[in-house]
Amino acid sequence: MIDFTEQIPPAFTKYVLYFQFIPSLLKSLAAFTILSTGFLLVLLLTALFGRIYCSTICPLGFLQDIINYITKKIKKRKRRFEYLKEQKILRWSFLAFCVVLFLFGFAIGINLLDPYSIYGRIAGNIFRPTVIGLNNFISSILTNFKIYSLYPYEIKSFNLIPFLITISFLILIAYLSVKKGRLYCNTVCPVGTLLGYISKYSFFKIIIKDEECLSCGLCERDCKANCIDSDSKIVDMSRCVMCFDCISLCPTNGITFDYKKSIKTPEPELVEVDESKRNFLISTGVYLTSLSTILAQVKKQIVVTKPSTVPIFRKYAISPPGSQSIKRFNSICTACHLCVSSCPTQVLQPSFLEYGFTGMLQPRLNNKSGYCNFDCNICSEVCPTGAILPIDIEKKKLTQLGVAKFIKENCIVYTQRTECGACSEHCPTKAVHMIPFENNLVIPEVREEYCIGCGACEYACPVKPYKAIYVEGNPIHKTAKKNIEEEKPQQKVDYKEEFPF
Amino acid sequence: MKRREFIKKGLQAGTIIGASLSFPGFVSNYIFKENYSLSGNYDLVAIKGGEPDKMFDEGIKSLGGMKAFVKKNQTVVIKPNIGWDANPERAANTNPKLVARVIEHCYEAGAKKVYVFDHTCDDWKRCYSNSGIEKAVKDAGGEIVPGNSESYYQDVEIKKGVKLKRDKVHELILDCDVFINIPILKHHGSTRLTISMKNLMGTVWDRGYWHRTDLHQCIADFSTFRKPDLNIVDAYYVMKKNGPRGVSLADVVIMKSQIISTDIVAADVAATKLFGMNPDDIQYISLAHKLGVGTKNLESLRINRIIL
Ligand code: SF4
Ligand code: SF4
Repeated sequence: MIDFTEQIPPAFTKYVLYFQFIPSLLKSLAAFTILSTGFLLVLLLTALFGRIYCSTICPLGFLQDIINYITKKIKKRKRRFEYLKEQKILRWSFLAFCVVLFLFGFAIGINLLDPYSIYGRIAGNIFRPTVIGLNNFISSILTNFKIYSLYPYEIKSFNLIPFLITISFLILIAYLSVKKGRLYCNTVCPVGTLLGYISKYSFFKIIIKDEECLSCGLCERDCKANCIDSDSKIVDMSRCVMCFDCISLCPTNGITFDYKKSIKTPEPELVEVDESKRNFLISTGVYLTSLSTILAQVKKQIVVTKPSTVPIFRKYAISPPGSQSIKRFNSICTACHLCVSSCPTQVLQPSFLEYGFTGMLQPRLNNKSGYCNFDCNICSEVCPTGAILPIDIEKKKLTQLGVAKFIKENCIVYTQRTECGACSEHCPTKAVHMIPFENNLVIPEVREEYCIGCGACEYACPVKPYKAIYVEGNPIHKTAKKNIEEEKPQQKVDYKEEFPF
Repeated sequence: MKRREFIKKGLQAGTIIGASLSFPGFVSNYIFKENYSLSGNYDLVAIKGGEPDKMFDEGIKSLGGMKAFVKKNQTVVIKPNIGWDANPERAANTNPKLVARVIEHCYEAGAKKVYVFDHTCDDWKRCYSNSGIEKAVKDAGGEIVPGNSESYYQDVEIKKGVKLKRDKVHELILDCDVFINIPILKHHGSTRLTISMKNLMGTVWDRGYWHRTDLHQCIADFSTFRKPDLNIVDAYYVMKKNGPRGVSLADVVIMKSQIISTDIVAADVAATKLFGMNPDDIQYISLAHKLGVGTKNLESLRINRIIL
């Protein structure tokens, strides 16, 4: 996510994300593979030990722990929690909301509430730019000394609405976790609810032992899941996130992690906070730096010789290669933005209403910020939910995401009668080629059957404010024709021949 | 080279030759090398029939060796064409072997530091690595520098520009002692051919501006700004159609040629002829000639032609 230098190979994320519940579940529904069985293991784990997922695997849970740790350090006093009644109806309705929408083919519910996706968005839209900002700041200093080993990274597009949505989620979750512990996990999170009810029947449980308990209430006050009722000596397992804080806190051995009566030593706490805390602090500290780079980008305007006149109205957004169709994509993608962060050309950007309301935040190809690299299928490799299915590179090169449309009235060759051809230069399939126009000039022509909709032409087109060539998305991806007419080999040359000058 | 000069120089060396300049093959080649490789007073040298690095070794002698361009402790900037995410055989980017060899020559001549960069069209990290140039540069001891961040580009005035009056140019170009341009000769959809002058487009930030403001004139204008000290046109693999990106290997012919010159216009004229086109069909060549960047009349130059 944060690795903008592309040091980590994309395939690596497969293993890291193996255990992410929702992505893995969705991927299995989309295309079952061994690599997508993580959710089964999570279910098994939960049936055995309870919601271990929530304390050690879920990145959003981890993030909340970090936030809590920091506030604890800053405030220098113990947080006080207390037992809260379970909001059963609320819990089930959030879960139902996601499931029902999903069954009707909308991923928006999961999209908004799945903890992994929320975390993904926070990392991709907030932490990543922050780290980039820091990097850019340092590299600009180094460049003054002619050291080029660290290079600035240009953020090519800033999506205000997705950013705002993400940051409000971050604020909400941070607030809840500081004030109310794991309230998000225990009331809103659909994964939490599902795993919680499995947890209720898990093999090992947190148990208060009557004979050793002093009823001091320490455990209750420190339970971030608000699930220990020390008066009646009950632990609500459906909400316990298995942090084991209570066990280490108990002055006697009054509370244990146990299978019936046999007493076992509690597992050590697995959350390791120190380093992450530091990273987080640095991140927030330099946040302003990155913001100013973004603002500088927004401000930049270049004067145009002759403005173009015909506006562009795109009917369909362009979905990434491997997503097969917009409908399919919209129904699976949870907008975790992993592909957005991994896309080397930054063409993948979170959408706002381009796919309609129910597709909000899901990534689409934005040809203003880049174009889909011909020899790349990284998004399909990293996508954890199968919304973007793995696609073979040769197949991807013929997958038509959309079709380029040429607007002659906007084209420089037509309006200014000077040479340009930037679109054809960039076109990897030569679907746009240059044909004779007046006085020795050449003008673009699109051969739609060869076009794969990568958007290189649109990106390269220098006309402002409207481009003279743009890609209209295909709601269902098609297959482009291979440009065989270009495959005739050239004649051999004789190296011993005299020079023609 | 003219026939008269040829005979004169031949006489100096104490050899009387009746052969004409157009005498092909081994003999004329042999004589040229014998007589002039030491003096190095050619304006342009064209080489054929060898590997990119070998051809450069031979060619640069005719211009007095790299020592004539790079002095001790100078910094050198090399600008190859690394525009596209394609392997060397596709001929979309300059041959990595040639780039490496030029760097080695620079260091032999005493260069302090050799930088290499391009403002690429495709994603720069992929271009740098898949073109093979990143590795070649590192192995040869040079430093490969990114060119895809606006912060590296500085505002300059182009005094002699007709339409292009200002531009943002990579700081290394402004800061170096020696500037070596290593374009690849290839077909180009709109300007017809991309060679030395067009290659300079990769040293500025906003290429779109050139495209919308009379591309040919901008190319010519910019060559008045900082003329490269040396232009080495790589024509080993040559993309004959579908340029500048190319679609497949079928676009490429193996020409095993190279042109080296201090005159950027002349280098482009010679390369155009080598490609099999008429220099007058490429507007920016005539425009640059008019601006006095160099000459398009090859007859006025001393040319060495080497066939290996
Ligand atoms: S295949 Fe295209 S959209 Fe996907 S990561 Fe690569 S460049 Fe980005
Ligand atoms: S015409 Fe445009 S969108 Fe289509 S393949 Fe070429 S560059 Fe890509």
